[in-house]
Amino acid sequence: MSVDLSQFHQIFFEESFEGLDVMESELLEMDLDDVNEETVNTIFRAAHSIKGGAGTFGFMPISEFTHVVETLLDEIRSGQRTMQANFIDLFLQSVDCLRGMLSDMQGGNEPEAERPAQLRKEFEVILNMAAAPIEDEDPSTAGDGQGWLIKMSPHRDLLLTGNEPFRMFRELRDIVGDDCLEVTSYCDDIPDFSSLTPEECFLKWDLKVTKTVPLEDIKAVFEWVEDECDLEYLSLDNTSDTEPSDADNHIEEASSAASTESVAEVEPTSVEATEIKATEVKAEKSAKPVKKQAESSSIRVSIDKVDSLINMVGELVITQSMLGELGSNFDLGRLAKLQEGLSQLEQNTRELQESVMKIRMMPISFAFSRFPRLVRDLGNQLDKKVNLVTLGEQTELDKTVMEKISDPLVHLVRNSMDHGLETTPDRIAAGKKEEGTITLNAYHQGGNIVIEVADDGAGLNEEKILRKAVEKKLVPEKNNLSPEEIHQLVFLPGFSTADAVSDISGRGVGMDVVRKNIQALNGTIEVRSQRHKGSTFIIRLPLTLAILDGQLVQVCNETYIFPLVSIVESIQISRSSLNRVTAGQYVMQLRDEYIPIVCLDQVFGLREADDSSENLMLVVVEGDTEKIGIVVDDLLGQQQVVIKSLEQNYKKVSGISGATILGDGTVALIIDISSIDKKLVPVKNNSHRPERAA
Amino acid sequence: MVSILAVDDSASMRQMVSFTLKGAGYDVKEASDGVEALEIAKGNTFDLVLTDVNMPNMNGIELVKNLRQEEGYKFIPMLMLTTESAGDMKMQGKQAGATGWIVKPFNPDQLLSTIKRVLG
Repeated sequence: MSVDLSQFHQIFFEESFEGLDVMESELLEMDLDDVNEETVNTIFRAAHSIKGGAGTFGFMPISEFTHVVETLLDEIRSGQRTMQANFIDLFLQSVDCLRGMLSDMQGGNEPEAERPAQLRKEFEVILNMAAAPIEDEDPSTAGDGQGWLIKMSPHRDLLLTGNEPFRMFRELRDIVGDDCLEVTSYCDDIPDFSSLTPEECFLKWDLKVTKTVPLEDIKAVFEWVEDECDLEYLSLDNTSDTEPSDADNHIEEASSAASTESVAEVEPTSVEATEIKATEVKAEKSAKPVKKQAESSSIRVSIDKVDSLINMVGELVITQSMLGELGSNFDLGRLAKLQEGLSQLEQNTRELQESVMKIRMMPISFAFSRFPRLVRDLGNQLDKKVNLVTLGEQTELDKTVMEKISDPLVHLVRNSMDHGLETTPDRIAAGKKEEGTITLNAYHQGGNIVIEVADDGAGLNEEKILRKAVEKKLVPEKNNLSPEEIHQLVFLPGFSTADAVSDISGRGVGMDVVRKNIQALNGTIEVRSQRHKGSTFIIRLPLTLAILDGQLVQVCNETYIFPLVSIVESIQISRSSLNRVTAGQYVMQLRDEYIPIVCLDQVFGLREADDSSENLMLVVVEGDTEKIGIVVDDLLGQQQVVIKSLEQNYKKVSGISGATILGDGTVALIIDISSIDKKLVPVKNNSHRPERAA
Repeated sequence: MVSILAVDDSASMRQMVSFTLKGAGYDVKEASDGVEALEIAKGNTFDLVLTDVNMPNMNGIELVKNLRQEEGYKFIPMLMLTTESAGDMKMQGKQAGATGWIVKPFNPDQLLSTIKRVLG
């Protein structure tokens, strides 16, 4: 029977990536002064599993490389060596290397060979492993001329290991054939019936093989019981010597003892050598961009979530059969029943949808988990002491969003560490704690998930930013920008204030790309900063990309949809409460604040401005930064809508984030509040704001 | 039907072993570590136990040692899945009462032939 092993590859990859994550986080947490045995064990186990799986599923380069990693770990685990800082570095590099190799192989490519070979050399220097000698196939087939006599006298406890002598005889018979095996048993040792214990073995056997077979094959049969039996293999060929089975064992033991000794001797010098090498590799590594991990195409789902899904489907089936029964003999008297059934169906659908959505949700700790390592490495590279704090790790987020937010987050953290945090002398001079802090925080707010990347560094330098922006002609020379507005300039394309372009960030392709990536997820980013206190980048993302709770509104016979989460309130106002600012631009006093007003019909050019109606319906929404009021003709119902991309099917339209199909089959456009908001921004303060990238 | 308990903390290995054995007509139950295996073993009977050595919570050697104390597990074959390098693991396993071992990496055919060998 042949089994197609490729069906297990995906799960092997997932499990291996998880194993590597475990190794990494345990390595990062390791305290060299107090090495926890269980920690080393956990790391070892992860490496061991990867090696075993890789070997089994035919990923030899991974298996071979992991072997050296495992060997060193094993020596640490068994107390032959103590964990050292340079070992941790080497292990961490190996984790990266393995990740790369696994990604390559997952993508069906040959893994990179150079890096593992290089790391392997370092391990070998530590382990003092010369190239492993290829074990010669033992050619001791001499003397199998006429056959063999095997004298087997088992120890009494043989049966207690589950080994059954009869099984071995059968096996031997299978090798040599029916006619060539004679078995003689000796019952001399069987005690009196009263003292006979059935659990013990009192028999002895002579097995005579009258056929030419290699001794190796015969020994293989008894491989498992070598220590539970006294075995003698005698050649039936009188001219050849008898071969006591223990002889080669002794030799083996002696040679392995010798090699252990030699390892111990050379150890001190070899460690020094690797220390130097390790730093070299580190410097090299920084120049190479980290390979992007292949997006995994499957999700692990907890049984609970699946169970609740099945439960929900059960409910749905019940409702369906109830409605089916109603439909088959319906009269008006049962209308109430029908309505009840339909509302139940609606509830079922919503619950089902929520459960399905939940499957895609993963805690953000998956995205956060890579940062301890990143911060550690970068801290070493920049020579800054950095403490990473992560909060809200259990906040759940759609898997797709999570995968796409990962890179922007890395960019932000790098940026904060490079530009945000001051150098250690600067921090001391400023009277701050020597150790800088980077905080990653995630939480839910309304229908959004908010991720903050904060540092307690120098904060944004407004003068410098402004000077640069003017220099690059991103804003007019004469402007009236508030500090808050200046901060947002860092998101403009081509903006970088780094004096020297460093490897870590500041190639001038920074923040605008981050912003673009986040906008692609229907998210927003802003920065808040305070001189000498630090900066915080705030990312807001929708929880999911597929479904939206919408408020349907009507404007000129067209139906538009507002995302329900961004609506603050809907009110009826009289036209007289509007104050004109400039031609066609209005603000309104809503309680104690002024909000800009926009007429949706004007935004989309649906009709000529019409001042006739006195009563207006106003939807107040929370935009990126402030509230705005949007005038519509009428409010319709609220419903969940499935977002269809307008960009994919038509093209990107400013002010519209997508479209959906309503119950009656018509298409309704979904309003993009943040871009409506931007259309308005210049009006409110009547000041020259920087032009933003569309 | 011949029933086998397959114990491994690695899901891919466990699935591979289980799939192979089921395909050959064995009844297979899976456990992801020694503790779980012991729990399952207590409520069932098996004709053979196949266990990985390196596992969290309870490793394969401890599992074998514990199982041998259990009613009904005194004589049944217990095989360890171990790597070539782990010579002393084999010894420890034997002392704990393991019947034998299968050396990793192995392919499904090797696994089946060994199992058949043991079960006769």
